[in-house]
Amino acid sequence: MAETYTLPQLPYAYDALEPYISAQIMELHHSKHHAAYIANLNKAISSPTAANTQSLIHFNGGGHINHSIFWKNLTPASSEDAKLSAAPSLAQAIDNEFGSFNEFKGKFSAALLGIQGSGWGWLVVNAGKLEIVTTRDQDTVPAGTTAIFGVDMWEHAYYLQYLNGKAAYVENVWNIINWRYAEGRFTGEAEGEFKELRAML
Amino acid sequence: MSIAASARSTLLRASKASSVRALGSLTAVRTKYTLPDLPYDFGALEPHISGQIMETHYTKHHQTYVNGINDAQEKFAAASTPAEQVELTSLIKFHGGGHVNHSLFWENLSPTSKAGGAPPSGKLGDAINDTWGGLDAFKGKMNAALAGIQGSGWGWLVKDNTTNKLSIITLPNQDPVNTVQYTPIIGIDAWEHAYYLQYKNVKADYFKAIWNVINWQAGEKRFSS
Repeated sequence: MAETYTLPQLPYAYDALEPYISAQIMELHHSKHHAAYIANLNKAISSPTAANTQSLIHFNGGGHINHSIFWKNLTPASSEDAKLSAAPSLAQAIDNEFGSFNEFKGKFSAALLGIQGSGWGWLVVNAGKLEIVTTRDQDTVPAGTTAIFGVDMWEHAYYLQYLNGKAAYVENVWNIINWRYAEGRFTGEAEGEFKELRAML
Repeated sequence: MSIAASARSTLLRASKASSVRALGSLTAVRTKYTLPDLPYDFGALEPHISGQIMETHYTKHHQTYVNGINDAQEKFAAASTPAEQVELTSLIKFHGGGHVNHSLFWENLSPTSKAGGAPPSGKLGDAINDTWGGLDAFKGKMNAALAGIQGSGWGWLVKDNTTNKLSIITLPNQDPVNTVQYTPIIGIDAWEHAYYLQYKNVKADYFKAIWNVINWQAGEKRFSS
C-alpha cells in the first residue's frame, strides 16, 4: 500500500513573510493550492485506473514536492536565516560559479522572468556544480540534480499582491530566502528526500 | 474584418515580411501590432468577470504580449544569423500567440445584456447538438477539459477544417490554435490571471460562470467562415 501524503505544516505563520508575500497569498497557497495537489495525488495513487493516472501523479506529486521545498526555503526577513551569511559554503560556491552574488541574483531573476506560463526557477547542484534551471508547471528539478532553493512563478504565488507586476515579486523574494536551509541542502541534507514519490513521477 | 482575424492576418503578413527581410532581398515596412479595441466596458461582464480582472487583463497582460511580439519581431529582423533567429522563435510564438489568443477571447465574450450567454442557434447549435447531444453536455466536457489543464493554457471549441467536425482541445501557455488544421470557434483563457482576483483557487466557479458571457454570435460567424 502506497503512502498517503499529508500537508506539511508551515514553519512560520501565514503573515510572517509580509510585506513581501501577503498573508492572504500564503494562506491560499498553502491551505488550498498545496492541499489540492496532495488530495489529487492521493486520489490518483489510490485509484490508479484512469488513463491519465501517470500524468496526474507526475503533476500533483511534483506540486507536492516543489511546494514542500519552497515553504522551507522561505523565512521571515527578520530571521538570521534570511542572511546570506547563514550559507557560508553555498555563498562561496555562488561566487566561484557566477563571479559574485549580484551576478547570480541577476541571472536567477532573469530566468524567473523568462518563464513562459506556469513554472518554477531553481538553483540546483548538478555533479557538484551550481546551475540555474527553470521547470514548467509542476515538473521537479531534473533527475540527478538537487534543488538548493526554488521560487514559485505560478501566478497564484504572487497575483493577489503584485498583479501582473511579477518583477517586483521577484525582487522582493530575495528578502525572504532561507539561506540556512539552502546551505543544508547544498551540504547534503536533501539526500534521499521524497525518494518513493520521486520514483513514481 | 474582425479584430481577431485582423490580428491573425497582420501576424501572417508581418512574419512573411520579416522572413523576406531576413533574406535581404526586399525592404518592407514592419507592421507594429497594437491592442485591439475592447468591444465593451471593463465592467460590462460583471458579475461573471470583474472589472478589475478585465482592466488588468487587457491593459497589462494583453499589452505585454503586444509589446513582446513587436520587440521580438524587431530583434528577428535585426538578427544577422539564422541561429539568432531560431533563438527568437520561442518569444515570437509566445507573445504572438498571446496576442492572437486574447484578441479572439475578447471577441468571443459579450455582456449578458447583449449577446452574452444566448445559446447558439443555426448551424453551430446543430453541430454542437450532433456532437455532444446538447449545449449543457458540451459545456460539461469543455469545463472538464479546462479543469484538467496542468499549468497555464487555453481551452478551445474548434472546427476541423477538413472534416468540419467540432472538438474540444486544450493548449499550453500561449500556443495558438493551429489554423491550418482548425478554425477556433470559442476560446476560454485558463491562465490564473484570467480569474484569480475574483475566484482565487476555485477555478471551477469561473469556468461555470463564463458561459453567461460567451458570445455565441461571434462563434457562429467563425463557424460559418
